[in-house]
Amino acid sequence: MKNGAVHNKEQFLNQIAKSLGRERRTTPVARPQWKHQPQWNVLKNATEDELLDVLGTQCDRIHTRVETTTCLELNNMLTTVIEHFDAKSIVSWDDPRFKEYGINDYYENAGRAGVDVHIWDPSIGEKNIIISERADVGITFADITLAESGTVVLFSDNGKGRSVSLLPTNYIAIIPKSTIVPRMTQATHYIHKMEQENGNVPSCINFISGPSNSADIEMNLVVGVHGPITATYIVVTDR
Amino acid sequence: MPMKIGDVEFFGRVDKGLRNSFMRNAVVSAQERLKGAKLNAAEELGDWEEWRNLSEEIRQHTLENLDYYLEELTENVCKQGGHVFFAQTAEEANEYITRVSKEKKAKKIIKSKSMVTEEISMNDALEALGCEVIESDLGEYILQLDDHDPPSHIVAPALHKNKEQIRETFSEKKGYKKTSKPEELALFAREQLRADFLSADIGITGCNFAVAESGAISLVTNEGNARLSTSLPKTQITVMGMERIVPTWEELDILVSMLCRSAVGQKLTSYITGLIGPKDKGDVDGPEEFHLVILDNGRSNILGTEFQSALHCIRCAACINVCPIYRHIGGHSYGSIYPGPIGAVLSPLLGGYEDYKELPYASSLCAACTEACPVKIPLHDLLVKHRRNIVEEHGKGTFGEKLAMRGFSLAASSPKIFSMGSKSAPTVMSPFIKDGKVKKGPGPIKPWTDIRDFPEPSKQSFREWFKKRDKGGDQ
Ligand code: SF4
Repeated sequence: MKNGAVHNKEQFLNQIAKSLGRERRTTPVARPQWKHQPQWNVLKNATEDELLDVLGTQCDRIHTRVETTTCLELNNMLTTVIEHFDAKSIVSWDDPRFKEYGINDYYENAGRAGVDVHIWDPSIGEKNIIISERADVGITFADITLAESGTVVLFSDNGKGRSVSLLPTNYIAIIPKSTIVPRMTQATHYIHKMEQENGNVPSCINFISGPSNSADIEMNLVVGVHGPITATYIVVTDR
Repeated sequence: MPMKIGDVEFFGRVDKGLRNSFMRNAVVSAQERLKGAKLNAAEELGDWEEWRNLSEEIRQHTLENLDYYLEELTENVCKQGGHVFFAQTAEEANEYITRVSKEKKAKKIIKSKSMVTEEISMNDALEALGCEVIESDLGEYILQLDDHDPPSHIVAPALHKNKEQIRETFSEKKGYKKTSKPEELALFAREQLRADFLSADIGITGCNFAVAESGAISLVTNEGNARLSTSLPKTQITVMGMERIVPTWEELDILVSMLCRSAVGQKLTSYITGLIGPKDKGDVDGPEEFHLVILDNGRSNILGTEFQSALHCIRCAACINVCPIYRHIGGHSYGSIYPGPIGAVLSPLLGGYEDYKELPYASSLCAACTEACPVKIPLHDLLVKHRRNIVEEHGKGTFGEKLAMRGFSLAASSPKIFSMGSKSAPTVMSPFIKDGKVKKGPGPIKPWTDIRDFPEPSKQSFREWFKKRDKGGDQ
């Protein structure tokens, strides 16, 4: 990729060094070992089941429905959840896990029953966005899940469009139980390692905690503003 | 000074703030709610003090090595194909942003809430170019529709408006026909703004924290508007104050956690988005072009001074929510886009004592702000330092002292504020205080007594006193 342009850097950074009363830092600055590290103590020795409980409790607070199921029962669960939305259209990531978990079969059945199912397809470009904008339901997997805050972490990729978790009215995240970690600390540590090892990270990383909301009108909470109006997490307990 | 709001002098603004009873009630209940939520969120963590210590340590280290981290950030943004512009002044920043907009032949620009673009009056510059600039944050959208009513709170900008006023604005400006139910109002805004998001040429955002190691910027919102502004338009421009940066993703974790808890009492807001340059090859959504504007605008003058820690601020507004003075006078009284204790510290630094000399006195020095601050900025100490400078600069016994007296009486005229204020008797005022009682000094100043003897609130709204947003101020 072509490098971007930089303007006025030297002058600007020299000014900073001058204000700080020293020369420019030219050799790498070592990040110190922080004296206090309370973040690692949160839910420190929690088991997978305990983390799942924490996730459930937190999701109650952030207006997010959580269902648990097994891989075998996943499609029935999807049917139940999506029926509830009376959905006419679904948009989904193109991610190998959909096949692995058998969700493709669900899509085929839904398609036969008259629901418009669109799998994100980079080859048709912006049409994906238009389809997502009109879709009743958007479905993604969670790449990492944070118990403490009820958060799904999504890494963008060619088949993993940003719009799927953003534009449809209802959002569903499929959460393999094994992706649940205590909190943001574990996720950012992972991303930090990814950066160190690969020298880059996906161009968009989203930490999503429930549906969009706002308290801008007289401090009343309104659920569903620019993003989805509902959020549902389906935890697959045997994965 | 573009960050300045209005021309009414300080005590005039206070006067009007005090008379607006809806606003005062709104401020009080918002403060209570946000303060309570924050306390819960802090308590839940158990070791809040440890978190504050860590946050302070991170901010100190980063600011001490700011040139290094900004350079690392720049390299990594460029590596991804993003462009970086360093702007010494607001004018330089606006010039660059308008240049990009011209190149892109932009007609419609969608923005998500950003204090720093307010600070530089970016909208005015773009509108002068003929661009339509649309605020997408619900609160900002409401203010913008209502003829640029200025924001009154960092986190909840439209705090001073009630839903009936909002309904009126929507129906007047956009033909809204439904009720003043917040859900219906929000749904209407969603529909209106969806069309704008889809057709905007450029998305402009602020930046909560940049991550040096990846060349990432992060955005913290609940509404999802920042995600829309950065997913749909082909060009993205992000404007950041130069101090809003962390070394790695691991520090982002800490500061974002502190920000969310301190600002709104949430563990995390609904959306925390990390964006690294333009979209990857083969991606469909996300910008094709990414510009990062890094702004100084007076900040480097704060570095290396006794006020350096003011740059540690993560804009959470926790200090505002506990401030007894803010509670009484409201956000507009500060005459700056940065209200409350941090505004009283920052505005004179960025805008000069000439315009903001009264602000350091809009405090009872009760230290509630310092205690609330998640990154441990000694706010009330900094206010005392300002007062000392002002007295020195303007000579004792004349301007400075007069100011000290007026400022003091503002605090002292409310017994409740006074009892908090006397907890740490300020140096400048100490001559007036003996045994915790005011022995001499000026009588209580007008604004507060007016309100006490004036149970019927004035019909005049601050909308009238502050008819239009000051276009750029008297720069
Ligand atoms: S000064 Fe501290 S409490 Fe106030 S907004 Fe900044 S970080 Fe928050």
